[in-house]
Parts: sequence; structure tokens; C-alpha cells
Amino acid sequence: MTNRTLYDLRAVEKSFVKGKERITVFSDLNMSIAEGDFLAIMGPSGSGKTTLLNLLGGVDQPTGGEVWFDDARVDTLSENELAQWRANNIGFIFQFYNLMPMLNAARNVELPLLLTNLSKKQRKQSVDTALELVGLADRAKHMPSEMSGGQQQRVAVARAIISDPKLLLCDEPTGDLDRKTADEILEMLQLLNREFGKTIVMVTHDPEAAKYAKRTLHLDKGEFVEKDLAS
Amino acid sequence: MRKLFSVLGKIYRYLWLIITSPVWLPFWCIGWLSEKIGLSNWIADATMGSGAYLVYKNLTRKPLRLFLTVFATFIAFLIFGTITAFQVAFDSGVELSADDRLVTVNKINFTQPLPISYVNKVKAVEGVSGVVHMNWFGGYYQDPRQQVLTFAVDQEAMLDVYDEIIITEEEASSWKQNRQGIIVGKSIADTHGWKVGDRIPLSSNIFSQRDGNSTWEFDVEAVYTGADAQTDTNGVYIHYKYFNETQSFGGDYIGWMGVRTTDTNLNEQVIKAIDDMFINSPFETETVPEKAFNKAFLEQIGDIGLILGSVVVAAFFIILVIVGNSMVLSVRERTGEIGVMKTLGFKSMRIFRMVLGESLLVALVGGGLGILASYGVTGMINSVPNPLPTLVLNSNVITTAFAYVAALGLITGIIPAVSALRLNIITALTRT
Repeated sequence: MTNRTLYDLRAVEKSFVKGKERITVFSDLNMSIAEGDFLAIMGPSGSGKTTLLNLLGGVDQPTGGEVWFDDARVDTLSENELAQWRANNIGFIFQFYNLMPMLNAARNVELPLLLTNLSKKQRKQSVDTALELVGLADRAKHMPSEMSGGQQQRVAVARAIISDPKLLLCDEPTGDLDRKTADEILEMLQLLNREFGKTIVMVTHDPEAAKYAKRTLHLDKGEFVEKDLAS
Repeated sequence: MRKLFSVLGKIYRYLWLIITSPVWLPFWCIGWLSEKIGLSNWIADATMGSGAYLVYKNLTRKPLRLFLTVFATFIAFLIFGTITAFQVAFDSGVELSADDRLVTVNKINFTQPLPISYVNKVKAVEGVSGVVHMNWFGGYYQDPRQQVLTFAVDQEAMLDVYDEIIITEEEASSWKQNRQGIIVGKSIADTHGWKVGDRIPLSSNIFSQRDGNSTWEFDVEAVYTGADAQTDTNGVYIHYKYFNETQSFGGDYIGWMGVRTTDTNLNEQVIKAIDDMFINSPFETETVPEKAFNKAFLEQIGDIGLILGSVVVAAFFIILVIVGNSMVLSVRERTGEIGVMKTLGFKSMRIFRMVLGESLLVALVGGGLGILASYGVTGMINSVPNPLPTLVLNSNVITTAFAYVAALGLITGIIPAVSALRLNIITALTRT
């Protein structure tokens, strides 16, 4: 982990209008994520974990405050600019894998590369490397329906890292897996963090999963408390 | 009981597979073979970058629905192609009318006769290059239900005025010399199996011979073809003189005249000259351009264009609903996947184009096959003997058909494409 700040949330506000009621999720959220960090975010349902992840991933915009990523402001980007920004900088890992059911593992992993200018050959090389990294080189031609949950999540990890993003956002990445498989996935994330320097933010309900992170933030009613697991 | 239903269900499933095998088996074989020889992988590699592979995979994820949607489109364009070919064939009677040809009929209506003495007077009008007189024979072959469009004509002038009738010089000469000779169109000749040299009986449901017999014997001297593929070849032309001399009543009267002018610019002048010549006589005339005459004649049957057009519109409306509904459903089922693609960085406009690409592809495949099949159907109709005009799918019909293909693809795809375009990522992901 370096001292360089990758992500900076400054006085972020987020509220929704539901019917006639305005629901405030964050009123003054400040947060910094250093480059190379592995951060777990925990908290009860409705605490704002997913909203925070959506804000970090640029799939949702704050209603107030500023969001800075890599010394550039993100909250002012247009929808198209945000899409491009996500493609360049963020890798997503979902709880239910969210693979395309009609594409095999290799094609699923290749998807983010369709947004780049890489040639067919370069894309294939990248896909092979990513699948090898997650230990699924021999499953490249398999369809998601032919793979176990753990294998599907590995494919999702390969898809998330294929375009070499700076930040990996994981939404309950082990929520649908058994303990053993969950540990394998978490070890893989840890490896990506330690060996490849990937910054990771992981939302989880599972304290065991949070142990793999370098630090954990507990979120409650839109506010969080930082606890250093190492201490 | 439950076991029985289970067995019946299995039998139904396999029976359904067997019954529909002629449809799916060829596609399955192609798929299997292309997988084996690596063709499908090669295609996937080649089309993945452009996103066309994603369009293809999305389309083929539910083969039965795809098949039914394509089949519905196929039927619509088969109907369109075939019916439009009919419409064009009917219209061709008007379209192929010569601009420099006029028709002179009795002013009362065209069923009333004109004296034959008018022919020479009309020939003398300035600007007239040829005149042929004609009589409706009311012919049939063997059975009154087998109508034959038979005309008693001036054989000397006929082929000059109606130069779209194609026969050889020798055949023309033989016809002119044989008073019992006739020329028959290829279509009607094929219908009844007539050929040159045949002696055939033609009966009239209007006229009879002086001995009371209403059947005349004729020699087939030529089978004519048309200058244009759509020229009607259902006509039969007999000698007026032979007809006039043998009929029991109405002699020396003609039905109408076909008048050829030396220049289309003189048409108005010739029309006025002819009609003025016979004004205030017992047989006043009305001369009109052939195009107008044929159009008015067809309109007596009814507005064929409107009838055929209504069938096509009804077919398209139903297809629009079926295909549109299918597309909306197929995109709604993929809401979560579209959300994931947007999350990965796919721009909304790109997803919009992909969804629209799917509906365009369905329309193109179904429509293209439908148009191709209508070629086959019109070809089959033309190949069997029938009294219909020659059906031709001309370039105008094909262009219109493909414009409709594009319109169908766009209309059926626009609603799901816009939904995909506007789909909010968070909403989409919460639905998964």
C-alpha cells in the first residue's frame, strides 16, 4: 500500500426521493482510499454499503460533495464519460457473478476488452493470461451453466482484472459460495492486492471475509467507523 | 395417473421434436458441423470485436422463439412478395400500355358496336399511323368455364399496332394467309397444351354461326410471347373476316379500334379529330389514350390495389405486434445483463445499437427468406398453366420489400432499444 490517495470522497451527500419522502443515505461522507489498499466495508442492511459501492463505481452520482479519483474529479462526468471511466479504471465483481449466460468463459472475460482498441490476437492473449491467473485455463470453452459457483466467480474475477483496472469493487463476492470456495476467492483477491498492487474495496456481511482485507470500515446509518484489523 | 401424464408428456415432447425436425435438424447439423471444424469459433473471433457476435448470441439464446419470430416475418414477406407480384401484374396492363396508342369506342359504352366503315375514316386522320379494329368474341374452350380471351381482329394491321406481340415473320405470314388461322398467347397455349399446327375448336357464348353452331374451328399458326415479361399472353386473335362472314348477326360492326399515332404529342389532336368526325352521328365515338382505357377497365372490377394493399397491411400489422412483443420480452428478460454491460463500461448508445441490430437481423433473415420464397411461389404459379397474367417480382417490388424489412426491424426494435438505452444501471442490477 502506498501513501498516494487513489480515491477521495469529500463531504459527499446522497439522498433519494421515494414517494413524497426524501431519504438521506449520506449527509457528509468523507473517505480516502490509498493506492494498494484492500478495504472491507461491513454494516447492517440499509446502512448504505451498496450505495457507497455504487458511488465508488461511478454507477451512481452523489447529490452533493465531490468525488476525486486519481486526482481527477469524477462526480461531474457525463454518463458517457463515466462509462469510459469505468471501463478504464474499475473492475466489478458481483455476488451472483453476473456472467453472460450465452457466452463461454473466455468470451465473458473478453467482454471488457471490446471497449479497448486491442487487436483480436492481443485480446486472446489477455484472456488466456487472466484465465490462467484464476486457474481456469482449461475451462475457457465452458459455458457458465457448466461451471460451479466458485468457478463462475473466478471467471468474474478474470473479467474484472482483464483490462488492468486500478480499483476492484466487490459486492459480496463470496455471499453465494461455501466457506472453502469463498476462501479460495478471497485468497485470490488478496493475491491480486499483494502481488499486483490492485486496490480493492469489498462490501461484505461476512467477518471471515473481512479478515482478508487490510482494514475494515463499519458503516451504519450513512456513517462509518474505521477499525484497523491489524492492531 | 401422474406417471401416465409424465409418459404422455415425454411422448408429446419427442413427437414434437420429430415432427419439427425438418425445420430444426438442418440448422442443428450446420451448427454441429461448424463447431467440429472450428468454423463457429472462427466466426466468433471475427465478429466479437464489432459486437456482432453478442447480437447473434442474444438472438439465438432461445431458438424456438427466434424460429417463430423469423417464421412470422417470413410469412409476412412471402404474402407481401406474392400479393405485390399480383398487383404489379394487374397494374402492368396499364403500365405497359403504349403512350402512342389510343382506343376508340362507342360513346355510349364500350360494349356498343361501331360501323366498320369508321376504320378507313380514322386511318385517314392526320397523325394516325395505324388502326386495328377488334371484336369481343366471348370465347371458351370445350367448357364455358374455360374462358379464352378471344378477339376478332384485322390481321393485316394487328401486329403493327400491337407490336408487343412477338411472333416470327413466317408465322405472321402464315397467320395472315390462313383465314381460319389464329395466334395464341404462350400462357393460354400452355394452359390448354396448344401448339402450332393444332386445330382447335373455340366456342362463343355470344355469337353463333349461320347454321346455328356456336363453335368455330381454328388452326394455331403461332404461339406469341410478349415483348416484356409482364405482357399478357392469355389472348387469342382470330381473323375478323372469317368471323364476320360466318356469324349469324351483327355483321359489319366492330367493337372498338386500336389507333396508333405517329407522335405522342399528336394524341390530343388525333383524339379530337376522330371524335369530332363522328359527332352527331348515330355512332358517336369516344377516343381515349390506351392507358386511361385500361385503367378505367380494371377499375370496373374494383380497386384491386386497395384490396391487395389491405391484405398486406393486415399481415404486416399482425407481424408488427408479434415481432415487437417478442423483442420487448427478449430484452426485458435481459435487463440484468444490460445493467452489467453498462457497469462494465458499455455506453448506452452501443447497447441501443445492439438491440436494434437484433430486430433488424430478425427482419432481414425472415424478410429475405420470405422474399426469396415469394420468388419461388410466383415462379411456380407461372410455371403451371393458368389464366393469370405473368407474375414478376421486379426491382421496384424488391426495393420496396427491403424498405419494409428495414422499417419492420426499426419499428419492432425501437421500443426495446430505447428501454435499454434509458435503463438505469442500479434499477437493472436490483432486478437480477
